[in-house]
Amino acid sequence: MAIYDRFLSLTSPQAPERDRFILSKGHAALALYSTLYLKGVLSAEQLNSFLEPGTLLGVHPERQIPGIDFTTGSLGHGLSMGAGAALAARLQESQRRVVALLSDGECNEGSVWEAMMFAAQHRLANLTAIVDANGQQAFGRTRDVLNTEPLGDRWKLFGWDVQEVDGHDLDQLTNALQREGERPKAIVARTVFGKGVSYMEGQIAWNYLPMTEVQYRQALQEVG
Amino acid sequence: MRQAFVQSLLEIAAQDGRLLVLTGDLGFMVFEPFADRFPARFINAGVAEQNMVGVATGLAEAGYIPFVYSIAPFASLRPLEFIRNGPILHNLPVRIVGVGTGFDYGHAGFTHHAIEDIGVLRTQRGLSIVVPADAEQTRSAILATWNTPGPVYYSLGKAGRGPIPGLSGRFALGRAEIVRVGSGEVVILAMGSVAHEAVAAAEALGRIDCTVVVLASVAPPPSDDIARILSKAQIAVTVETHVAVGGIGSLVSEIVASRALRCRVVSCAVREGWDGRSGSTEWYLARHGLDRQSVVRRIEAEYR
Repeated sequence: MAIYDRFLSLTSPQAPERDRFILSKGHAALALYSTLYLKGVLSAEQLNSFLEPGTLLGVHPERQIPGIDFTTGSLGHGLSMGAGAALAARLQESQRRVVALLSDGECNEGSVWEAMMFAAQHRLANLTAIVDANGQQAFGRTRDVLNTEPLGDRWKLFGWDVQEVDGHDLDQLTNALQREGERPKAIVARTVFGKGVSYMEGQIAWNYLPMTEVQYRQALQEVG
Repeated sequence: MRQAFVQSLLEIAAQDGRLLVLTGDLGFMVFEPFADRFPARFINAGVAEQNMVGVATGLAEAGYIPFVYSIAPFASLRPLEFIRNGPILHNLPVRIVGVGTGFDYGHAGFTHHAIEDIGVLRTQRGLSIVVPADAEQTRSAILATWNTPGPVYYSLGKAGRGPIPGLSGRFALGRAEIVRVGSGEVVILAMGSVAHEAVAAAEALGRIDCTVVVLASVAPPPSDDIARILSKAQIAVTVETHVAVGGIGSLVSEIVASRALRCRVVSCAVREGWDGRSGSTEWYLARHGLDRQSVVRRIEAEYR
């Protein structure tokens, strides 16, 4: 939400000069749908069609949804498309910016590092990668599965301007997004998996499980 | 074919600013004229084909027509999922150019041979697949397809083997090109520059008057043309430097079966396994029964 509210210019989903946002960690699509709803791009009816038969709002985001330019879901794809979108903006002498949101587990994918090298080589300063670093991936903790740390140092070594922030602190995120530079920009956003819901924090099962009615009410209460 | 390809791109790029070239660090002695003339529109993406296809997807979404170039297996199989989830899923005009059809990279060995790319890519909906047989057809195929709305895969021959007799550079998407008119009972259909062997075999057969067809538009398939050409055929002989599964032997069989044509399909395709031995392109053709003498013997055995 910070990205949309405080950084991206999205006058309309069709405007050619709109900034591009790519949810490379496509499994977080529900958060993107909610944001698009709060921004008035999706209606309540569209939002409530989530996972209904025949809906456009599935588990992963589809480009047929207003406000979504790139279909994602397969990890390691988004940053490459983002680099292309950023290069296109430069070739077209446009002020468009591109933001790709990745996860730390996603950085297991070799193609992410290909894209990092490419963006640095071409000094794509209009490209920002946010890495949601919650230390958790599908079947274990990132450091136990295929360690991607020290994440910030690695992105820096690959030629990016790196900032590390508390991913739950909107002001820190906003400041990091707004910093201008000569090189592509990486924001390592340190987050807690399941933040704000006591029984979810750091618990891998919540990558998969639905909530019971009781759990749902408790979660609502806890996040306020 | 590569020179004809680059020359065609130069002409188009001079008239249309949307055309870009990305290469996976290949094209020495091929791309220099383009890189010199349009330096900002020529991008060496390095030896990183997945990223190259992903970048091309982002460029195409913003209105460009990017041509991405590498040796065929590295252009097609390595980034296959990026092709599927990128240009295919988003229906964008990315052009994947694989250089080296079949065994064109002879001595370089199995890693460099493109013998499954067509079959794999035929599964991708909305992808046009173009396999020119000579330099002249390369030129007309590029000029005919560079601006089509969806994605295109081009399989380009590496070395020039001269023009296919009777082809005169003809190409149209979704059409088959007859290069030799025979009695219609034996029809040879060939894909890529191995069409030279098909034409030579037809000339050598003498008493069997073969029709020879070049299939350069593999997708969309020239189904109506093939059905018409095979209407009197007893055997359809497919000749391809590709495995039997998924190539034009499969394609022609699909058309014969679905149209209930009364003809048998004889597939001349890559048939031997891999034992580590390598040789020239001609060596491979002979080894897999795809040289003109082998095709002649096969037709004499199959058509009595």
